[in-house]
Amino acid sequence: MSHSRDERRAELVLALVALVSVSVLGLITVFVFKEGLPAFREMGLWQFITGHRWSPSQNAFGIFPMLVGTFMVTLGALAIGMPLGLGCAVYMSEFSGPRSAALLKHMVELMAGIPSVVFGFVGLTVIVPFIRTYLGGPGFSVLASSIVLGFMILPTMVSVSYDALRAVPQAYRDNMLALGATTWQTVRMVVLPSAKSGILAAAILATGRAIGETMAVIMVAGNATAVPESVLDPVRTLTSNIALEMGYSAGLHRQALFATGIVLFVIVTLLNLIARAAIRGGSAK
Amino acid sequence: MKRSGYKVEAVEFSYSYGGVPALKQVSFGVKQNSLFTIMGPTGSGKTTFLKALNRLNDLVDQTSRSGRLLLDGKDVYAKDVDVADLRRRVGMVFAMPTSLPMSIFENVAYGPRKRGVKSKAVLEETVEKALSAAALWDEVKDRLDMPAQRLSGGQQQRLAIARALAVQPEVLLLDEPTSGLDPVSTLRVEELMRQLAGSYTIIFVTHDPQQAARLDGEVAFLFMGELIELGTAREMFTRPRDKRTEDYITGKVG
Repeated sequence: MSHSRDERRAELVLALVALVSVSVLGLITVFVFKEGLPAFREMGLWQFITGHRWSPSQNAFGIFPMLVGTFMVTLGALAIGMPLGLGCAVYMSEFSGPRSAALLKHMVELMAGIPSVVFGFVGLTVIVPFIRTYLGGPGFSVLASSIVLGFMILPTMVSVSYDALRAVPQAYRDNMLALGATTWQTVRMVVLPSAKSGILAAAILATGRAIGETMAVIMVAGNATAVPESVLDPVRTLTSNIALEMGYSAGLHRQALFATGIVLFVIVTLLNLIARAAIRGGSAK
Repeated sequence: MKRSGYKVEAVEFSYSYGGVPALKQVSFGVKQNSLFTIMGPTGSGKTTFLKALNRLNDLVDQTSRSGRLLLDGKDVYAKDVDVADLRRRVGMVFAMPTSLPMSIFENVAYGPRKRGVKSKAVLEETVEKALSAAALWDEVKDRLDMPAQRLSGGQQQRLAIARALAVQPEVLLLDEPTSGLDPVSTLRVEELMRQLAGSYTIIFVTHDPQQAARLDGEVAFLFMGELIELGTAREMFTRPRDKRTEDYITGKVG
């Protein structure tokens, strides 16, 4: 009897713990929308999203430069992180021996644990001066942010696409090799096509990570609220916008920052839905 | 070249994984264009022999070997052997029917295409020939663009045979190709083997003594990495010389 009572008590406590974890998500959602929605009402959703000027002292709140900035920085990060990460995953899964694959996997996981401020610091002391000296401009730029973010999304990119590659049946590889195909031909013809939905999911998750990253970007982006005209121009992302100004904002300014949060929330949620659909589409086959 | 007259010959061939022997000084020969069956229980070294012959075992770490394994009198482990070319000459069909994730046509056309065949007409002819030889053409000729993985297990196994035949191998290795098939599909594959034996050297691995008897070619009985008995199916199944062979074919061990 007491056994089953213990069982029920444990179940109850764990259910409560689970509920608390999930309810935080609900609370954040409600809070962000409650604080941010008035800003949309005040100046109109369209005006907020397409407005080119962000000048809190003059009550001008247009997040277009930050939207473009986030878009450019994320695209740049993917352009750097995706080929690097996928290449690393393919090497680990198809070419290296099991021992060096395990070592690489450990190192990549270790990389995921590096605080973002450290990435930002390295970017600030190495990449920014390098760009300023050799490519021109202030150094604080779209390019610097893309490079830093490109490396920060590597762990996600590598581990998710590595899992997708390992999930490809070994029988495909054996059959291809038995036909006289080389490992690289096998990878190109069969392994990558079979794993493509998982690799797509990796890219989307990495995109979400790139969009959400704040600290490292603030340190190397320059944070000007103008639409960047080249990759060497300073840039401000949506997340940086919130982090930089939240401390001293009030009234409509504060609401506009929460509204920025809503826009971010919608973008990241959409990305997650797409990633899930991609993973489901892959496993259904 | 062919001093011994055998297409494939093992000479005191041994193979081990991480120090654990899988084949122990095995010697036998396979005549050109014949059907040769390797029979034995799980762990007897059958698959090791096949994967040593087309060097798929190269992918496994920490293996060692001794003795010689000859194709047309030349050691397949000789330094100047091009492994990709060896695998073209020695095709293989696996236990699990596996179609590559492409259309039926592309499954068969991949091998020839990789060897530089570009002409569509030649490819189409090659695919039709291979599928006909594998007794699958009539069933799939109207839907060659269909994803191959929608075929039944038996059809996929014949597709795997067609895929192996399309690169015009000299030797065809089959590793328990009917273990995942129903009895009707199994008989079709066996029938196919007897037909193909006229034009290819076929090495067929099975754990099933009755299948070895039905295939009716030469049989090698392997047990725990050793060659126990070698002879025609008729001899072995009517008058086994070794006690272990007798036990195995009467179902007392294995």
